[in-house]
This record gives sequence, structure tokens and C-alpha cells, in this order.
Amino acid sequence: MFGVTGDLAHKKLLPAIYDLANRGLLPPGFGLVGIARRDWDDDDFANYCLEAVKERARTPFREEVWAQLHEGLRVVTGDLTDEDTYARLKETLRVLDEEQGTEGNHAYYLSIPPNRFEAVISNLRKAQLVDKEQKTPWNRVVIEKPFGHDLRSAIELEETVESVFNANSVFRIDHYLGKETVQNMLALRFANQLFEPVWNRNYVDHVQITMAEDIGIGGRAGYYDGVGAARDVIQNHLLQLLALIAMEEPTSFDAAQLRSEKEKVLGAARPPTDLKSHTARGQYLAGWAGGEKVKGYLEEDGISPDSTTETYAAIRVDIDNRRWADVPFYLRTAKRMPRRVTEIALMMRPAPHLPFNATQTEALGSNALVMRIQPDEGVTLRFGAKVPATQMEIRDVTMDFQYGNSFAESSPEAYERLILDVFLGDPPLFPQAREVEQSWEILDPILDYWDAKRRQPEGYVAGSWGPPSGKTMLTRDGRAWRRP
Amino acid sequence: MIKTLKGTTAQGIQNAITAARRDVGAASGLVFTLVVITDLREYTSVLEACIDASREHPSRVLIVTNGAAAADRVDAEIHLGEDVPGEIISLRFQGDLTNHRESVVLPLLLPDSPVIAWWPGTSPVSLADDPLGSLAIRRISDSMGAADPIDALEVRARNMTPGDTDLTWTRLTPWRALLVSALDQYPSKLKDISIAAEVDNAAGVLLASWLDDRLDCNVSIDTTTKGPGITSVELTMDEGTISIRRSDGKMASYSAPKTPARKVALPRRDISQLLTEELRRIDPDDILQNAMKQLLRRVDHPEPADASADGAIPAAKGSQVE
Repeated sequence: MFGVTGDLAHKKLLPAIYDLANRGLLPPGFGLVGIARRDWDDDDFANYCLEAVKERARTPFREEVWAQLHEGLRVVTGDLTDEDTYARLKETLRVLDEEQGTEGNHAYYLSIPPNRFEAVISNLRKAQLVDKEQKTPWNRVVIEKPFGHDLRSAIELEETVESVFNANSVFRIDHYLGKETVQNMLALRFANQLFEPVWNRNYVDHVQITMAEDIGIGGRAGYYDGVGAARDVIQNHLLQLLALIAMEEPTSFDAAQLRSEKEKVLGAARPPTDLKSHTARGQYLAGWAGGEKVKGYLEEDGISPDSTTETYAAIRVDIDNRRWADVPFYLRTAKRMPRRVTEIALMMRPAPHLPFNATQTEALGSNALVMRIQPDEGVTLRFGAKVPATQMEIRDVTMDFQYGNSFAESSPEAYERLILDVFLGDPPLFPQAREVEQSWEILDPILDYWDAKRRQPEGYVAGSWGPPSGKTMLTRDGRAWRRP
Repeated sequence: MIKTLKGTTAQGIQNAITAARRDVGAASGLVFTLVVITDLREYTSVLEACIDASREHPSRVLIVTNGAAAADRVDAEIHLGEDVPGEIISLRFQGDLTNHRESVVLPLLLPDSPVIAWWPGTSPVSLADDPLGSLAIRRISDSMGAADPIDALEVRARNMTPGDTDLTWTRLTPWRALLVSALDQYPSKLKDISIAAEVDNAAGVLLASWLDDRLDCNVSIDTTTKGPGITSVELTMDEGTISIRRSDGKMASYSAPKTPARKVALPRRDISQLLTEELRRIDPDDILQNAMKQLLRRVDHPEPADASADGAIPAAKGSQVE
């Protein structure tokens, strides 16, 4: 694991590995080699891992599980650009293979910024650690977003990675796709008879996909500035969610089938024709959010006071196929929103005829099917019902399925599932190079348009639901964002 | 269960609600969020009214109060399960945060369902421009809870936005029902209407405005009786007088030409009942808006130009009773 001292490794990856071991899902000879620039020996590294596990693991701590994991922990110290580091890594792996019996199967987890990929990958090649053609024992590589910052850089990145690793051995982690509720979306759509008949333009008016965070950029200034909400979230998470919601039914759930359906629908998706009217970007201003006084984006530590990076991005995407013609998909993501929430809402068309008068249905909205990804995972169905009284009055009510109530077993962390899938070589949940390219093809024209304007994103007060342009983007179409 | 959080944030409260709901196993069939803006003196009676109202309308109730401490903080108390049908969350704001209460309330609104704001006591001049009121589609004030009720009602009328309503209006529902059914039986011209009510009774003033608006005849009001509330309404026409008199705030006597006098139960109702009734409808109340406009005309032009003209009773327009 490269970048083992990083935030992601400490908070998510190391605890997830322990949880997998605790659930008995790791092979007995599992070993983990951390590559770090610190002056550490194996014991220091083990202590570091133990601390991360105790702090963040979701399953209870068991001494014997830790003892098993501890056996296979090694550290290689040195700089990522130094060839000697890789010689030592190779030696460590060889010894570990012998001692632990891992049979030479290796997965390289690159939990590092993309500008360091080149150095690591070329050194892996030079040290002859990876053989591209070899099937068994396998060599796999795991990379994290961002997958480039536009189409061109994404293709360059792929070329770098695939110069050493076989395309089938590259696992791009989009941790959203590892979430239970995202996978449940597939169950909801394809295991039920109830929803599929209405899952098209005849019944759906439009779709809203929201990922709101209540936090600011926190300590991520270095990463976030210059990247912005659209590149950080829409390109990967939101367009992947769109693909899963809008795709046709795959003939089976094997990776190739699922990917080909996702590719088909992403291929039919396009940015809005009127970029001015159907995109919006904003930047949060100082204000009170959730009861706390918070800084504006430009006042955050490490952010230049004239930064034009957006922290709110909303776009309309149209899908030109028979199922979705004229059904807009509205995607929005932002920091410093009132609540942390990710959800997908299918907003239905109004009933063709209402045999009630206007007063009776004044409080009736449109029917909606909402899939909540986080927090409070579940599905909500909204429809109209009569208010009990002597008069006829119809109002919206909701029917709610909560994941946590129906399945008491705590769902595994997304990273657990994904790391396990890497070991199993099971790729359906990982976006492939082509999907990444397609996402950039949708987003690039919008980013170019924003860049060309060279204007400051519209301000919105921290703790509000975004700038006015985000709202007018929908009112222009006669619609409104739901309050998630 | 009751859960107390000291010096928390919207996110802390949200997490506590989610956890509490999971523990209690409560389903979330909540139909709307009711934001109650009150002060500590009224807190107990308001809490009771909210619990009563949420029996008919399971909802998330946010009771917002200000404390006197200097530090910027919010304390929360979550009531859920057992005898509380929905969720009642009381939020006490301190320090500078009292000026930014919406920053905590906004994240706690239930997704995609109506928001209703209620001021049981004093209310801001313009409900719709209030930071908390602007979150709501329906805003309920209570002029009778103000120091000078008639003045408060006038302020409400001057700053009326569709979606605003006042419990004074809700208090009138039984009176209005009785008057409408009385007039339905005598479809002849009205000469004069006179109302008598207690000193400071805003409901009487509003009733006069409503009748004035709907019936187009001279309506006079006398607010010098001992009460309680509205004590009588008399409708004079050629055949005689329809009169409704209520001196004890409970039982009224109803008399009309050529019929014997009858007793009609017309009790004054408590806040819980009023609130519960008011929450049955959440669309803007057009009839109240017209009555409020008429109230202003009566205040601004005390002698209407057509006061002497004999007003005709308008044809019954569906149900006049909201």
C-alpha cells in the first residue's frame, strides 16, 4: 500500500482490512506491506495500524484476529521516487511470499495523489515487480479518484497505468459504488415487478440526483482548490449513479454485461445544449451553518483569496434514448449545505386527469420515488392521500423503507466490499477506463464553458441550499429542487 | 424517550434523532414539520398543545426558544416514542446564535414535506419575511396571544402574505358555521348586522370584517361587553332578527323569526383544539385574506361610501365554511 500514512489509509483502508479479517474473509496468509517515508520498523508500522484499527474499525476488537493480521505486517521505508525503495519492496514481498505462503499474488494500492502515479508505476516496471502478461499469480493495481482532470489527462493516466498493468487488473475505486444502498438500487430495479413498468419517460417527469455535504473543505485545501465540486463529485459518483439508474437491464450481473449497459447509457447521455441556462456553479460564503459560525471558501486556510474553484455545481444531463427522451436528469453537489445527504429522486408526472377540484388538491405534489444513499439508507415513496375529515382534501404522505430497520445486520463499509472484490478479481463495481472517458466527455464542455467565462462562482451563504442560479436552473424548466 | 443534548449542532441533533428512531423502532409517517417560535414562559402550555396536535397530525415539531446565556450555543431535547405520536424537539438558543436560529432549523426540516410555522404569543410584523417564517408555506400567528390583540390583528392584516393565517380566524369557525346555516334559511335582504364582544376581542373584529366582506351590508361592532369572547351577533332583516347570544362562553341561544329559541353549544376552545383544526388545511386561505382586506378598509375608511345601501345576500357559493 502506497500512501499508508495518508488520511484515507488511516481512516478507511486499514480499519476495513481489519474488519474483513474479523469477518473471516481474508485468506490466512494475508500480508500487508506499507510503503512510507518515515523512519519506521515493522513494529512501528504495526502500532500505527493498531491505532487506526482501534479508532475506526466497525467490528469489535479481538486480540486473536489482530494477532493473525499482525503476522503479515511489514514496512518498507524510502522515497517513492527512489529505485532502491522498490528493490527493498521486491525483497520484502519475496520473503513474505515464502513466510506467509501468499503464492505471489499481489495487489498494489495507490492511495497517493495522481501526480505521483507516474513515478510509482515506472519504478514498479523497472524493478520488474509486475508482469503485464502473467495471469497467475496475479498482479493488480487499485487507484483512487480523481481519474484525471479532463478527458485528455484521463487518457494519459490510463496509458501510464496500463503500460504496466493489464487493463483487467486495474481497479478504479469509486467508493460510492461499494455502498449497500447503491447495490440495492440494482435489486430494487431488477428484482421487482412493481417499479420497472414506470421506469421510463411515460411516467417519470425528471430525475434529481443530489450529493450534499454539510462540511466545508476542511483540511483538503491542497487537493480541492483548482479541482472543484464538478470534478470531485459529478464526474465520478453522480454520473455513475446516473448510469445505474438509467441503464437498461443487464442480461446478467457479470462485469462485462453491467459495464456494457453502463457504457451504452453514458454514451447516450449528453451535456445540456444551453450551457448558460442549465448549469450553475457557486462558492460558499461565511455564515452560520447548523448552528456554528463558519468561514467562507475564500477565507479557508490554504485557499487563495481570488480562487474561482466552485464548491457548488449543478448540471442538467439529457439522455437521448427511447426510455429517457425529454426526461432531464438534474445533478447537484455541494459543500456547506444544510444537511449531509445523498439521494436519487424519480419525480413522477402528474396524473393525467384529477377528478377533484383545485382546492382539494392544492396541497398535493407530484408522486416521487426516493432512494436515500446516505445517511439513513432507505427508500421513500411519496403519494397523495385523503386527509381524514368530512371534506375531501388530498395531501402528500410518504411510505418509508429503512434499511437499518429491516436488516439489523450492520452493512459492511464500502471499502470492505471493494477491497474484497479486488482480491477476488471481481470487477462489476469498478468503473472501467471507457466509463471514465465517457464521464469526461459529458463534463468537459461544461468545464470549458465555465473556464471561458473566467468569472467568480456565484456566492451562497454557508448552510443554505445553494446559489440563486442553481434554483433558476430548474424554475426555468417549470420545476424545483426537492428539499432532501 | 427523552434525550438531552447540550451545546450541540444541527448534525448532532440529526444523528440523535436517527439513532433514537432506530431504538424506538418508530416508523416515519410524519406528514409535516411544525416550527413553533415561543418563549420560556409559554413553553409548557405550548408543549402540551403540540403533543395534542400531533395525535391527529404526526409530525416533527421544533419548539424554538431563546435563553439568556451569553455563549453562542444551542441545547436540544428530543422527545420521541411513548406518549409522543411524532417527534418533538425543543431547541434553546443562546448568545449570538439567537440571531441565526434558521441555521439549525433548516437542516432539521423533514425532507420534501410542508413546513408550518406557529407563533403562539407575540409574532413578527411580517411573518413571511421572518427568517424562520420564510422557511414555511403556512404561517400561523395568534393575535389573541399579543398584548393588544386588535392592534396585532391589524398588523397581521397589513402584512398579510398568502399562507399567513391567525388563530383568531380559527376561533370563529363554529360562529361562521352557525351564521352560514342561519342565513341559508332566510335568503332575504339584510338590513343591518351588529356584533357585541369583549374588550380587546380581535375575533369579534375579524368576524365583523368577514360578514362585511361577504354580505355587503352595514356591520357594526361593540367591544365593550364583559365577554367572554363574542357575546352576540344580530342580523336584522325585513322578517325580523336572527340573534345568537352567548354570555358564558359555552352555550348560545339561537333565535330566528317564526321559530322557537334554541340552545346551541358554542364553546370557546383551547389552543390544542384550535391548532389541530388549523393544521387540517395547509393551502393558503383565500376567504381569510379577503376578510383581512375588508378589515383594513374598515380601519382606513370608517364610513364606507355604500353604508346606507341595502346589501343583497350573495347566492350561496358552495360551502362558505372553511
